[in-house]
Amino acid sequence: MAMIDIHVKILRYQPGKDDKAGWQDFAISVEDEATILDVLNEIHWRHDGTLAYRRSCRSSICGSCAMKVNGRNVLACETPIHRFGSKLKIEPLSGFEIIKDLVVDLEPFFAKLKRIKPYLIVDKPLPDKEFVQTQEQLEQIGESTLCILCAACSAACPSSWPNQEYLGPAALLKAYRFVFDSRDDGADQRLEIVNDKNGVWRCHTIFNCMEACPKKIKITEYLSRLKVKVVENSL
Amino acid sequence: MKIEEARKYHKIDAVIVGAGLAGLRAALEVAKSGLTAAVITKVYPTRSHSGGAQGGIAAALANVSEDSLESHMADTVKGSDYLADQDIIERFVNEALKTVYEFEHMGVPFSRTEDGRINQRPFGGHSAPRACFAQDITGHVLLHTLYEQCLQHNVLFFNEFQVLSLLLKDDVARGLVAWDIRDGGLHIFHAKAVLLATGGYGRAWKVTSNAHANTGDGVALVLEAGLPLEDMEFVQFHPTGLYKHGILLSEAARGEGAYIVNDRNERFMKTYAAAKMELAPRDVVSRAEQTEVNEGRGIGGQDYVYLDLRHLGRDKILSRLPQIYDLALNYLKVDAIREPVPIQPTAHYSMGGIPANVRTEVIKDAAGSTIKGLYTAGETSCLSLHGANRLGTNSLQDAATFGRIAGTHMTEFCRKNAFAELPAKPLEAAQGKIDRLWSGGKERHAPIREMLQENMTKTMGVFRSQDDMLKMLGVIKELQERYQKVGVDDKGQAFNLDLIEALELENLLSFSEVIVEGALARKESRGAHFRSDFPKRNDGDWLRHTLAWRRSGKIVLDFSKAVVIYPQYQPQERKY
Repeated sequence: MAMIDIHVKILRYQPGKDDKAGWQDFAISVEDEATILDVLNEIHWRHDGTLAYRRSCRSSICGSCAMKVNGRNVLACETPIHRFGSKLKIEPLSGFEIIKDLVVDLEPFFAKLKRIKPYLIVDKPLPDKEFVQTQEQLEQIGESTLCILCAACSAACPSSWPNQEYLGPAALLKAYRFVFDSRDDGADQRLEIVNDKNGVWRCHTIFNCMEACPKKIKITEYLSRLKVKVVENSL
Repeated sequence: MKIEEARKYHKIDAVIVGAGLAGLRAALEVAKSGLTAAVITKVYPTRSHSGGAQGGIAAALANVSEDSLESHMADTVKGSDYLADQDIIERFVNEALKTVYEFEHMGVPFSRTEDGRINQRPFGGHSAPRACFAQDITGHVLLHTLYEQCLQHNVLFFNEFQVLSLLLKDDVARGLVAWDIRDGGLHIFHAKAVLLATGGYGRAWKVTSNAHANTGDGVALVLEAGLPLEDMEFVQFHPTGLYKHGILLSEAARGEGAYIVNDRNERFMKTYAAAKMELAPRDVVSRAEQTEVNEGRGIGGQDYVYLDLRHLGRDKILSRLPQIYDLALNYLKVDAIREPVPIQPTAHYSMGGIPANVRTEVIKDAAGSTIKGLYTAGETSCLSLHGANRLGTNSLQDAATFGRIAGTHMTEFCRKNAFAELPAKPLEAAQGKIDRLWSGGKERHAPIREMLQENMTKTMGVFRSQDDMLKMLGVIKELQERYQKVGVDDKGQAFNLDLIEALELENLLSFSEVIVEGALARKESRGAHFRSDFPKRNDGDWLRHTLAWRRSGKIVLDFSKAVVIYPQYQPQERKY
């Protein structure tokens, strides 16, 4: 372990003070094993207390700290600086309104989630114990349940940027997760919601969401399967 | 009452602080009854640290081998080093199966047996494979599922709000005051019933598995309100913290068969727990690791040992433990399929917390008198279900089961009672905290917090001694003094992280003193509390819970007897 000097550019925006966001430079020393989050903490704790960012778990599961580093959407906590070298350019996720510095407004993101009815809908009587679900049936949805709602996918999606009404990859992935759950009876309701110009058809299979996903979920593939299901269902 | 000073005044039946498993489960129960439930949380609900739990949720479903409620109870009593209250454990094991089936009916994607039932794996201190799991992301899927259920049932969410004071008067809860992190400003939440479900207090340590958010805000609020805390000296150190980072590598790794080895490549647990080996309870394994390190058998003589997964093979690692594999690779550049993973004990779970009875009502003295309308559940509570040491996978079960129980009792309470009047000047205490930091001096929160955390890791870890703890008490006093002069750089209203971290530091400094005082008073070794100067358990003097108040700036202690009701669960020598 050794200390190294790095140069960090951060896109700052302080509401009430700044008219628009602007870059600020920091020259700091950190351990060579540091993560992006370590860098932000170092700046916040020792250089400039006014810097704002979200973080919590430090172990890539809570989804708080998605941001753009040198043009790529990453989770700050799990991303070592050596992936980028000694020059870092850190900015908030694109496509969302900035509240302050690296903190963006996620209310629209979570509101979209609610629109697709993100809960198991069961018409049949509940069993005394668990529903039987085979390993193959679970396999259908397994990977999609890894989603941590960090919004890195939506922020990378060119179809989302110009159209705030588009449900976006995270909400559509959630729709997939329930439509393909063997226990769920709500597929018709959800397929109707996503069968819309701002639903699954707004996905143009650009694959940016998949590349941005820190959990490596094959989002584009699942959205394509959702499209097929919509078509099958309307036949 | 100057409600107009608050930007917002909210009148809500049940106000729940914390959006982890306990808080969300309670909110769901209240909302399903038709009453209004609001969840106040400092992070978005799906960011809560329940999501960090990996290995499983305990319930004796007996899906993969024989199991029973009696066995779950016996294991929990023994795991707690006999300090847990047996009436609480009994209620817990009786409700555990229902809790898991409920989760499954809500859509939790549990891993499955070959015939399509919920799969179960072995875990430390449990005598049967009892951990119901979803790969190694069990907490994550439970948390997301509960959040989704709460959306369905129209729970109100106040995301990114920091609670600054409880509104209590004449032993009746009346609500609370919280700071709107996103936009700034104080809000009054006037409530009939308040639940504190704010999680653990592990951020007082430098090496910790806990999230940044786990600053013990709930316990600090209660202490500040003149109420006691219970058994704060009992803090679990998890044996498999990722070296240097402290973040969690689930016990599921050992449940699936991983080894822990020292510098000589010996599975040293054979010396400490020959029968259970790596699947002894966490206090036992952490002490063993620390002993190996202290005696020079850490890897290369350093302060870590290895978690070895290699013999499990690539398929099992990637299918059952994918998160663990990714964490080791991302953070330490260690490929667990090919290399052993450096680990060390890390501050993990808070057995102590806010004292409450089996109805989750907060109690205020050793006689068990309650505060009307105030409830607590999950890691922030001390019922005491876990006693001196918690068994893995009992925590998710605890949070969900007692969250539901809290929701039931809160609903009942709200139906029977009118809103109690707010106390005079409800904003005063909260406003005072903010004003002091905005007009504060030249001290900054970061160096004070770092000094606290470093010293807590040094002195209040797996092994403790009177000399170390007395020094720690001195450090805390000095840091509390310095805190009086803390000011913040950021004077803005919107997303003022500087302000929030300074407020959290006050909480850390407050409850850390209680931890040290409780540990100093407890002259015995039990569960996670091990004193080198009193290495034996002493049931004659110490089969009792610590209660601690802050009175006129001093910590005052009292003690209450542990509830031991069954002849078959009397204290005996604890061997694994």
